[in-house]
Amino acid sequence: MSSERPDAAAGGRFESLGAWIDERFPVSALWKEHMSEYYAPKNFNIWYYFGSIALVVLALQIVTGIFLTMSYKPSDTEAFGSVEYIMRDVEWGWLIRYLHSTGASAFFIVVYLHMFRALLYGSHRKPRELLWIFGMLIYLALMAEAFMGYLLPWGNMSYWGAQVIVSLFGSFPWIGDALVEWIRGDYFISDITLNRFFALHVVAVPLVLIFLVVAHILALHEVGSNNPDGIEIKKNKGSDGRPLDGIAMHPYYTVKDIYGLAVFFVLFAAVVFFAPEMGGLFLEAANFEPANPLLTPEHIAPVWYFTPYYAMLRAVPAFAGTQVWGVLVMFAAILLLFFVPWLDRAPVKSIRYRGPIYKVALMLFAATFIMLGYCGMRPPEQPFKAMSVIGTAYYFLFFLLMPWYSRIDSHKPEPSRVTM
Amino acid sequence: MLIALWWPLAAIAAGHGYPLQDAGTDVSNLASLQRGARNFVNYCLGCHSARYMRYSQVAEDLALTENELRDNLMFTGTRIYDPMLSSMPAEQARGWFGNAPPDLSLIVRSRSADYVYTYLKSFYDDPSRPTGANNAVLPQTAMPDVLAGLQGRQKPRYESKPDAEGKLVQHLIALEPVAPGEMTAADFDGFVRDTVTFLEYVSEPAKSQRRSLGVWVILYLLMFTAFTYFLKKEYWKDVKA
Amino acid sequence: MSESIDRGRRQLLTVATTLTGAVGVAFAAAPFLASWKPSARAKALGAPVEIDISKLEAGAMLKIVWRGRPVYVVRRTPGMMESLVNTDDKLADPRSERSLQPEYAKNDQRARNPEYFVVLGVCTHLGCAPQGHFDKGDPEISADWPGGFFCPCHGSKFDLSGRVFKGVPAPTNLEVPPYAFVDDQHILIGLDEARFG
Repeated sequence: MSSERPDAAAGGRFESLGAWIDERFPVSALWKEHMSEYYAPKNFNIWYYFGSIALVVLALQIVTGIFLTMSYKPSDTEAFGSVEYIMRDVEWGWLIRYLHSTGASAFFIVVYLHMFRALLYGSHRKPRELLWIFGMLIYLALMAEAFMGYLLPWGNMSYWGAQVIVSLFGSFPWIGDALVEWIRGDYFISDITLNRFFALHVVAVPLVLIFLVVAHILALHEVGSNNPDGIEIKKNKGSDGRPLDGIAMHPYYTVKDIYGLAVFFVLFAAVVFFAPEMGGLFLEAANFEPANPLLTPEHIAPVWYFTPYYAMLRAVPAFAGTQVWGVLVMFAAILLLFFVPWLDRAPVKSIRYRGPIYKVALMLFAATFIMLGYCGMRPPEQPFKAMSVIGTAYYFLFFLLMPWYSRIDSHKPEPSRVTM
Repeated sequence: MLIALWWPLAAIAAGHGYPLQDAGTDVSNLASLQRGARNFVNYCLGCHSARYMRYSQVAEDLALTENELRDNLMFTGTRIYDPMLSSMPAEQARGWFGNAPPDLSLIVRSRSADYVYTYLKSFYDDPSRPTGANNAVLPQTAMPDVLAGLQGRQKPRYESKPDAEGKLVQHLIALEPVAPGEMTAADFDGFVRDTVTFLEYVSEPAKSQRRSLGVWVILYLLMFTAFTYFLKKEYWKDVKA
Repeated sequence: MSESIDRGRRQLLTVATTLTGAVGVAFAAAPFLASWKPSARAKALGAPVEIDISKLEAGAMLKIVWRGRPVYVVRRTPGMMESLVNTDDKLADPRSERSLQPEYAKNDQRARNPEYFVVLGVCTHLGCAPQGHFDKGDPEISADWPGGFFCPCHGSKFDLSGRVFKGVPAPTNLEVPPYAFVDDQHILIGLDEARFG
């Protein structure tokens, strides 16, 4: 019998309802563990908003996605028209569509900033390696989700973008052609491909994403959050067992995150209502024409969030009669990210106490990633070809040489308590 | 490069080299939209559909009464909720022109208003073409110069410039009038501008509503942000202490 | 140095923010709920239909589909129109108080113009399409049959104004849709006035 049960008559109906549920489902235990008694470092700065924002964007994509699915038709003859139906005939359909298309790009902006924070403050270091890996798996799932989602409008860029990326798999020796045919379900990107991408995009990958996000948050709460000083606040606990530098998630970070979300929504709304196409970056002009297997768009480029890897893919020339090297380099670039917790050997976590080598290297890395992204949007001409090669080389060196330079770099002593 | 294989197959680009003019459209200008709608119906709808645009939506957004709609914009046999479809069957069109006239519902979104505006103004005489006309913005276009009566006819002016290998190549740099049309140049520009304004509206009927609603949404969100900011500051007094 | 917490201020700010946020959420939810309303395509497919009655002979019936359901247009003969009065004792709802019809159809003829009867061909019992049996004493029904509609599914009977007889499974009179005369030869079914909504 629960010893904590309040006197039902004294507490009133809500309290006894709460108690009834609590006896059968750990509502208050969960609330305490993850909110009111989860102690996060008190020195979070702007870089720490992006996790909760990403969670809200995920929810937004799911809700808007569900409503889009109510009117969208996943067939090669009806898909394009059904999107225009949503834009014109369905009441407020245009708003639901723009929320979803802007949300996709917003998701990547937020996730890239969120990942960058980890590199800044060492959030991938022990004991948070698994947290980082879950995060990388989310990133992979997100890329799959975005790629498949982009085929659904069945515009000309949808078609040709899918054509190019799926064909990449054909460069693998021996199994390549069979693999491509298996992915497509047909001899070309067809209605069959569209329908299966629809099933994956609407059901399978969202389920995977939700599972991974829950795992990500559980892994975080198990070890506790990192902070801009990169020190472990659990090392300094008070007599009550709580970290001295910790503050309860609720109300302090709920209230702060809502403020962060409000600012995010101002920027988000500005895009949705005034620039949903974002000059062709979020909604590409070529995609306002229906898919046409006979007419390739002038520049086939993936959506902006894939362009850094696209630049790497194109930077690698064919060797020994096969294009597979570019594909392997592109996959390796993403795979390499999984190993960062073990590549980074610095004695301190946060950039605040690391030496100049890492500071310069990381800033250059960010700049290179953006530069690669820009090159990926441009046609494969000079000077973009040369810049892509240099950028790809730097990207790989940043990670591959990290075990060495992170060790020889100087560092400052970490404080024992956080600095605000 | 896989990609390199596709470049030779790529379609002829938009405005390759020929400078685009500013269309100067304003989709909030109701009078321009109404004139453009009438122009579209009289000069374009014969061959080009706008299959995602319903007459009823046009009437609602352009503040037209049912009678104005029927008298000015609708062919006999069409009903209010019908989409704006051309009566020309696609197969016949392909036979006559070599290419089915594309649907124009999204032309301004996929090419830009400036492109469509400049295109409609850039037809010129070219006896080598089956229609007798060519277009500076889209060379070898299958579309005839349907607006010749209004604009008059033009001829091309070329300039020889050396290309990357030093060979002299003819570049079309301007069009000059050869025969006058019914309209002055300024009037014709206005005619095309109105038509492109209408097509811009057709590309995204919700655009005006989106922008005006956006102002209110952002004002609300700024206010909400202020509230959340003060709430946060209040609670964080505990932490700063 | 910690100051005392101003609980009043906290509560005020929390309530203010929550209310503002709730208003925002309500406004944000509205478009999603509204998106379930019939779209322009639904309205197009459900648009009023026009029927040409110039060739309809007296005593005959035309059928047309509107919003997925059959609509009957019957041109009544003078004899049929006479039989519509003084039958209250046989009818379950002679004044059409419980049935669905526009204001102008709340009379014995249940029509704008007694000569033309417009009614939804949907039996108010379980939705079958009633058949027109306009002849008095039609042997398929009974010797004292005054003329009207007979539903073959469960035997419900309606008079020549679609009013339901007593003692049959159907509970109410047949529904009369909104309609209007565009001119003498055409009826627009689906709207009370001959114009688009």
